[in-house]
Amino acid sequence: MKPPAFDYLRAATLDEVLEALWEGGSDARILAGGQSLLPMLNMRLARPSVLVDVMHVDALRQVTASGDALKIGAAVRQAQIEHRADLVGELPLLAAAIPWVGHMQTRASGTLCGSVAHADPSAEIPLVLLALLGSVHLRSRKQRRTLKADDFFTGMMATARADQEVIEAISFPLARPDTGYAFREVGRRHGDFAIVACAAVVDRKGARLAVGGVADMPMARPLPLPEEGSALDDALETFAWDLNARDDLHATARYRRELVRRLGRQVIEEAVRRRDGVTPPPTGHQQDAA
Amino acid sequence: MPRLSATSRHPVSFTLNGRPVRGEAEPRLLLHDFLRHVIGATGTHVGCEHGVCGACTVQIDGAPVRSCLRLAVQSDGAEIRTVEGLAPSPERLAILQESFREHHGLQCGFCTAGILMSLDAFLRGNPDPTEAAIREVLSGHLCRCTGYTPIVAAAMTAAARLRAEEPSHA
Repeated sequence: MKPPAFDYLRAATLDEVLEALWEGGSDARILAGGQSLLPMLNMRLARPSVLVDVMHVDALRQVTASGDALKIGAAVRQAQIEHRADLVGELPLLAAAIPWVGHMQTRASGTLCGSVAHADPSAEIPLVLLALLGSVHLRSRKQRRTLKADDFFTGMMATARADQEVIEAISFPLARPDTGYAFREVGRRHGDFAIVACAAVVDRKGARLAVGGVADMPMARPLPLPEEGSALDDALETFAWDLNARDDLHATARYRRELVRRLGRQVIEEAVRRRDGVTPPPTGHQQDAA
Repeated sequence: MPRLSATSRHPVSFTLNGRPVRGEAEPRLLLHDFLRHVIGATGTHVGCEHGVCGACTVQIDGAPVRSCLRLAVQSDGAEIRTVEGLAPSPERLAILQESFREHHGLQCGFCTAGILMSLDAFLRGNPDPTEAAIREVLSGHLCRCTGYTPIVAAAMTAAARLRAEEPSHA
């Protein structure tokens, strides 16, 4: 349970990061908060030849609310965003989901971009990014490109990032008027991996539901609003089966499908109430809610 | 900082409980092993080594962090606090430690150092916590002896005493 040997490079500039990735290719790994990579190293599930520590690169520590999005750099820790003064106003969905990301002790170190790069199918931050149709900003020595979340996640812990690319930042579209957001999760204990997590975005025209913990990656699709007869239940039924749930140690496929039906409806109804101002936006922290 | 080679040891220095320390580490050496084997500070315990049990929690730059998910070389230049830094003097326990003792908040003590470091950091930022908030902090730790009830009671008692001691927090 000790990591295998690797070189360590504490990058001071983004150019150093890009150069190291260009040289190292698939043998190089970005080390940010380390809350996914270090367990993988300790369990010898990853054997990179060099770790490129990006946490001291000033250009990657930026958080900018510009125009209609909050852009979060690769070296920004989850706790920093969790305690951002107006997170509930800017990104109510992220505010509701972030207390479910691991534990206080892992959020103090882990980064948002790291969670997106790791792409665990039950992780909350990729789920929120997909629900909001956020963007992933990639950069290599040769090019910069921006992918929408639904083009970025490609499978079980697999993404469209090339070996020479670093996730420079991710962008979450800011809360829009006349729109409601809701997040719910079922796990064995708070902080455990989600058995099913659901995130809903609802405006006047329709709903968008993203589901984590069931398929190989977070999945989202448009759904009808609840007032339209049985249309929502029918669509949730189809979505639940389309996710191809599997039995595992934590839950059966049948239980997961049932959670998609029930949690899916609950988050959409909750998001409708928020859209209509019937219930206040999520407060994020349990401490505040209590 | 140049690229540190996997096969040699490199100088690492940081502040530990207010005092400068230094030693040498290969890049792959975990922070808890550096603390225990290089520095000789064995108060920090090593449990699961993949970030689940919380036994190895220390404070890095004021925040509670799993030291099994941190490399020694990453910690160069940091400010680190461990359980050895809690008591104000060898004869006196910290208020948090004293509360654990009174409430029987530990039996074997394996998880205790990590729990203390999490609660110490949390109570600094949240002097008047709800029991639910304490339980949420403790969800990042596994204790196999006492159950969590006496640990929660100890934390609530410590919070009340710390508030009484520092009225500015009330």
